Amino acid sequence: MGEFQVHRVRFFAYMPAGIRCVAHSARSARLALARTDGALEVYNFAANYFQEKGIPGHETRSTEALCWAAGDRLFGAGLGGDISEYDLEKLRVKYSLDGFGGPIWSMAADPSGTQLAVGCEDGSVKLFQVLPDKIQFERSLDRQKGRVMSLSWHPSGTRIAVGSIDLLRVFDVKSGHAIQRILVDRRLQGLYSCECVVWSVAFLSDGTIVSSDSVGKVQFWDSEKGTLLETHPVSSSAALCLAVSEEEDSIVVGTSEGAVYQFQLLPVKWGSAESKWVRTKPFQHHTHDVRAVAHSATALISGGLDAQLVIRPLMEKMHGKGYDAALRKFTFPHRRLVSCAKKAGLLLFQFPQHLELWRLGATSSAGKDGDILPVSRAPEHLLQLKSKGPEHICCSCISLCGSWIAYSTASRLHLHRVHVENGSVSVKRVPKVPKLLCSAHQLLCSADSTSLFVASDQGAVHVLKLLEPGGCGPLQTLRPNSGSPEAVYLLAASADGDWLAAAGGDWEVNVYSLRHFKPHCTVPAYHCAVTALAIHPVTNNLVITHSDQQVFEFSIPDREYTTWSRKVQQHGLHRGWLERDTPITHITFNPNQPAHILLHDTHMFCILDKSLPLPDDATPLMNQTALKQLSEKARRGHAHAFKICKKYQPLLFVDLLEEGSLVVVERPLMDIKTQLPPPVQQKKFGT
Amino acid sequence: MVAQRPLRVVRCGGSQLSGARAVFSADAKYLLCASGDYVKVYSTATEECVHILQGHTNLVTGIQLNPQNHMQLYSCSLDGTVKLWDFTDGILIKTFVVGYKLFAFYTLAGSEDSVFIIIPKKNEESLDSFQLVSVKLPKTPDQAVEAKELSLILDDIGQSPKCTAFGREVYLLFWMFFFYIKCINYILATSRKGANNYFTCVACHPKEDCIASGHKDGKIRLWRNFNHKREYTFSTLHWHHDVVMDLAFSVEGTSLLSGGVESVLVQWRDGSDCKKEFLPRLGSAIEHISASPDGTLYCTSHTENSTYSKTTFLLLRCDIKTGLVIDPRTKALVLNGKPGHLQFYCLQTDKQLYNLDIVQQEYIHQIGLNQVDLVKAAFSARGSWLATVEQREEKETELELQMKLWNYDEQTQSFTLNTRINMPHEDHVTALCFRDTDELEDGTPTLVTAGKDGQFKVWVLVDDSDSEKQSMGWNCDFVGSYHNYPATNCCFSEDGSLLAVSFEETVTVWNSDTWDLICTFCHPPGKIQNLCFGRLSCSKYLLGTTDNGFLCCWNLLSCALEWSAQLNVMVLQPDPLSENIAAVSQLLEGSDLFVFKPNEPRPFCIQRNVCRERVQWAVFIPRDVPESVGSEKHQWLSRSQLYFLTETQDLLTFSTKSTEERLTPSSKQLAVEESLPMTPFYLLLGKHRHQQQSKENADLGTAVVQSHLAQVSPAIKELLHTPAHVLPSASFLCSIFINSMLISKENKSAGEVVEVEMDSEKAEDESDEDLDLTEMEQDMNPTEFLDEITQTKLSKSQEKQLRKIRRMDYSWVAVL
Repeated sequence: MGEFQVHRVRFFAYMPAGIRCVAHSARSARLALARTDGALEVYNFAANYFQEKGIPGHETRSTEALCWAAGDRLFGAGLGGDISEYDLEKLRVKYSLDGFGGPIWSMAADPSGTQLAVGCEDGSVKLFQVLPDKIQFERSLDRQKGRVMSLSWHPSGTRIAVGSIDLLRVFDVKSGHAIQRILVDRRLQGLYSCECVVWSVAFLSDGTIVSSDSVGKVQFWDSEKGTLLETHPVSSSAALCLAVSEEEDSIVVGTSEGAVYQFQLLPVKWGSAESKWVRTKPFQHHTHDVRAVAHSATALISGGLDAQLVIRPLMEKMHGKGYDAALRKFTFPHRRLVSCAKKAGLLLFQFPQHLELWRLGATSSAGKDGDILPVSRAPEHLLQLKSKGPEHICCSCISLCGSWIAYSTASRLHLHRVHVENGSVSVKRVPKVPKLLCSAHQLLCSADSTSLFVASDQGAVHVLKLLEPGGCGPLQTLRPNSGSPEAVYLLAASADGDWLAAAGGDWEVNVYSLRHFKPHCTVPAYHCAVTALAIHPVTNNLVITHSDQQVFEFSIPDREYTTWSRKVQQHGLHRGWLERDTPITHITFNPNQPAHILLHDTHMFCILDKSLPLPDDATPLMNQTALKQLSEKARRGHAHAFKICKKYQPLLFVDLLEEGSLVVVERPLMDIKTQLPPPVQQKKFGT
Repeated sequence: MVAQRPLRVVRCGGSQLSGARAVFSADAKYLLCASGDYVKVYSTATEECVHILQGHTNLVTGIQLNPQNHMQLYSCSLDGTVKLWDFTDGILIKTFVVGYKLFAFYTLAGSEDSVFIIIPKKNEESLDSFQLVSVKLPKTPDQAVEAKELSLILDDIGQSPKCTAFGREVYLLFWMFFFYIKCINYILATSRKGANNYFTCVACHPKEDCIASGHKDGKIRLWRNFNHKREYTFSTLHWHHDVVMDLAFSVEGTSLLSGGVESVLVQWRDGSDCKKEFLPRLGSAIEHISASPDGTLYCTSHTENSTYSKTTFLLLRCDIKTGLVIDPRTKALVLNGKPGHLQFYCLQTDKQLYNLDIVQQEYIHQIGLNQVDLVKAAFSARGSWLATVEQREEKETELELQMKLWNYDEQTQSFTLNTRINMPHEDHVTALCFRDTDELEDGTPTLVTAGKDGQFKVWVLVDDSDSEKQSMGWNCDFVGSYHNYPATNCCFSEDGSLLAVSFEETVTVWNSDTWDLICTFCHPPGKIQNLCFGRLSCSKYLLGTTDNGFLCCWNLLSCALEWSAQLNVMVLQPDPLSENIAAVSQLLEGSDLFVFKPNEPRPFCIQRNVCRERVQWAVFIPRDVPESVGSEKHQWLSRSQLYFLTETQDLLTFSTKSTEERLTPSSKQLAVEESLPMTPFYLLLGKHRHQQQSKENADLGTAVVQSHLAQVSPAIKELLHTPAHVLPSASFLCSIFINSMLISKENKSAGEVVEVEMDSEKAEDESDEDLDLTEMEQDMNPTEFLDEITQTKLSKSQEKQLRKIRRMDYSWVAVL
């Protein structure tokens, strides 16, 4: 596998924000997810749960509710009182509209997708009409006392069930009157009863209302008579959210103890029409409040304040054990948050509102394989760059020599010139950075640090000349021939400065010739999202990884897949490789070993040796420890192309420095957990 | 009974009661338990054993009510037969011979003539694979029928009857249940390696499609929707921390009962995790649970062989450490009961009298936790003192010992703790015995304990009362040892003058007045295992057994070995009422019994192969009434009865009577009040009715034993306790009685008879007051007094009659 000196970096104190709400669209097989810092992410379930899109957060924006309406339009509303529509092509908020009802706690689209119902702090439920390019206030239902915490449309679109404090109401949409008022019983704590917040409601087509409340009960109500049908206590604290499957035979409930429960509508007897709701499976994947749940046709989706998105497939809906039947947990974004100045040995960490520049430590001693070397110079925190304004940073990069730092928020691009001299660091903002018309989605410096590539909307890539001693030239723009509307989110430049590859939201990879400033070619379309791109420094082959774990090698000069890539496609990748559950997020190369490709995902990094044979399904994929015990000769016979190391977990970034040492950035989950507030106290047997 | 009959070994109690789930009869009036080779029928109201259904020749493994006729019971046994019983009358109706070892038995209401049994595969001896087959029971009028029409239903299932359960109604459905349980088993076993979720038991919901399964890790899973191939689902209930031993649904299926080693019965309502109720401290691990059809009673059977349905029936534990001891007062068998308890077990009725809490600590079930356990118990000759030894052994070196001495309190009718002695010996206590004569003469009560630490200690009751409080306590009087060998046995001679203590190979004889060593005996190289003195005319002999297979008899007068016999004696038990000594020897194939007198080395009774297992303990229990035994050979059984306990907790005894004779009394015990509804009217007039009833019974001449008779007035009691042959003729009594009941013009009404009763009671109260106040009629007999009261109300002829009866009574009592 080759031996490296490894910089094991654990000082990237990244804290993913908790998940506030999710919205699942069965039509497009996408999940929209809003975090507590206002960031929005879209996961594509069809592309192996890849985080396809991300909209950076905003200090003043807090999203309390998300919904898909009118096809694939995504709306969000929050405590700011605004309803916003997200532009998923340009990855930003399209527009915002004040609801004029105070903070918004809940929002739901009607079954036809033409109306939005919004529940406000002042107790009103407002209806908005969804027009092709905007939304318009239609009318308000009868205002009642108490904030509207949750609401749900009846599948016919004629009724709305509204959960408030201590109360459930049913509104008739046509007349706008409340036709049913149901009291939810409180919990007695000593002499006092504490109020019961109906955190979530769901209106089923047979007229049953399901509610989950702060007392920890899931209750089924008859909306016609206003009577309680069933009560299921699920938690000693609160049941925060619930979601119903499309067939209305299964409900998923999230509680503040971190447990997720499934309720199923099961026939009482075989062949009889009578059926009842039974609490069946409990899942404990979270440690903290589960604030959001969704129910897809085959999986239960839950997101909690511990920032984990858990997708738990329902085994009975799965056909065979395979990639789809595996439990998935996502804690980290599928985006690069770390950039490395290979020549200078600097790391740039991206946080939502600031950047940190660190110099790697150094050692003077050498040792055997597996030794931990003493550090002669400790890693040093050189710089903290705070972004101004309420907008969060969406991307950042550092040039290979470490002298340029660029970052971008939704509206502005910032460029800094950094001088690191004998321990003193000076930063100078580059003035007169050309204003971008649209936001940057990815930044990349060329290998010789003379130009900055800015990925932008509509498939465009802007090229900015970096001038010494701290200026920038005019903006040049590269556009694809196809004229795609989607934003570019991945960039890769060749080492010789001739080629630039860009992948957009429509998964098209364009290669531009930087010498001629025009599109060179387009990589043949593949049906899955691109997760990482890189151009080999020697052969100028473009290596592309997809979210279905396929690896392609495309020769840019020849404009075709290389023979190795064709061989891989013919042979097929190892099953163990295909069943990994996180995408490859970064690719790098070893200049000394041209046949090697270094890849990593959250749980492993791999050296793909093109010179070795590909493994078939019978041989184990992870064979490094087994190989170590074999003799030199036998080792050669058993070695295969994938050399995998799982020592460092979870991985956020792996890169190879100029002098040949490896940088590994880890963020242990335990460190994240210690930063979270203490979870709900639970009695455990035997303690 | 003149004709010589062979001596038979009879099971008389105990035995593995927990072999199969108990079954309630349809009206919940009877509880049917499989117990060893028998099925016992208990009345749920009185807890009496009403019938014993005998007929199987091996362990009964399953019992089920006949779904077509709820008054009939099917039972299956390892002897390969299925028997159909009428349990209300205790009659065997039919026997179906299947010919395989049957391990479990199920019936289904839907299938008319076939039942389901679990048999080993290919009838092999390697009992590891089992199959479920359905058997067609032929409808022929014969008593014994061969049922050979087997059809295989399912292969490779668990042996335990708890691992199979039948669902509701549809024939088609139930095998799907099976299929699914099997599938699930497979899924669970394969998917989670190392997880402790093996199935231990299953139960089917009576109304819904729901299966509850208990698991080894303490979880209960409720499976639903299993008739779809893939979309089965389950919910989990978790309270037990260890194996779930059994599950049962209530009749309507609204609640689920589960039990495990925690000895807590858990009731889950509506299959919900949050609504559960507990019934803790049931004594020991719950093995089986069954619910009565009317939903009022639940029955739990425990690993230690007791059965609760609100109350205890009987109890025998796996590890009897105290041995079999007789309480001289109640003639009850005393042995280990619930953990830390001593149980008093009445052999005449095969019923537990009461439990005495010795350890007085909460029993906590936990694996690896050593409990304080009761290891020894002994009664003084009159039963006024009880000595118990409890021990707890954490490791080899850490031994906790405690000896407690209990005094019988006449007022509370129970034992009260008198003295507690910590660490009576440095090591295990091996034997303890009271001096038998303590209460006869002026001698103080004396107790001797022998310990492994090489000492025997003599404890005497000392009056250590001071000016304020009068108290008696036990103190150590003498410590003896012999070359520091561990003391293994001790016993007093009949008159209490000699004490024999064995120290490994040596028997030492001590004078109990001066505690001087008189002489020693030994039979090298054997170590002494049992030791006892001869009785009555043979009191000059001392008997001992050695572990190398010798039985020795030493003459105390000549201090020489009288005789010895090579016999591998496990148990040596003297009869307290005669010279006879019983010895049980263990051979490879079974245990043999020898009964002999110490003065002659030849046994007068040899009984080969009394049981298959090893005999652990034996005891002679004196009979209340000497039994007339026909043959000379069995004369030794006339005064007292020998009971012995095997390793499998079968309490066995010897009987010369045939089965039918033994059965008769219990069959007649069918309590009359069983058939009467409990109404307020019944309660109001109950007393009167009993009187009437018992009078009738008395007239008929049956000896009805009813517990509440004690409450009835003494006159009636007297009347009833009189044997029939000394009573005046029934027609005579009847006319008087009926006359008294008639509503006549001469102010004789039924109501008045009741009044008489009440009056008499009132008068009794008054009389008590009178006694207190005036102390004039001190020697007034209550019965006489009562008679007087009755006299005032009854006519002169009746009065005369009653007097006559009374006179007769007294004469009879005097004769006895």
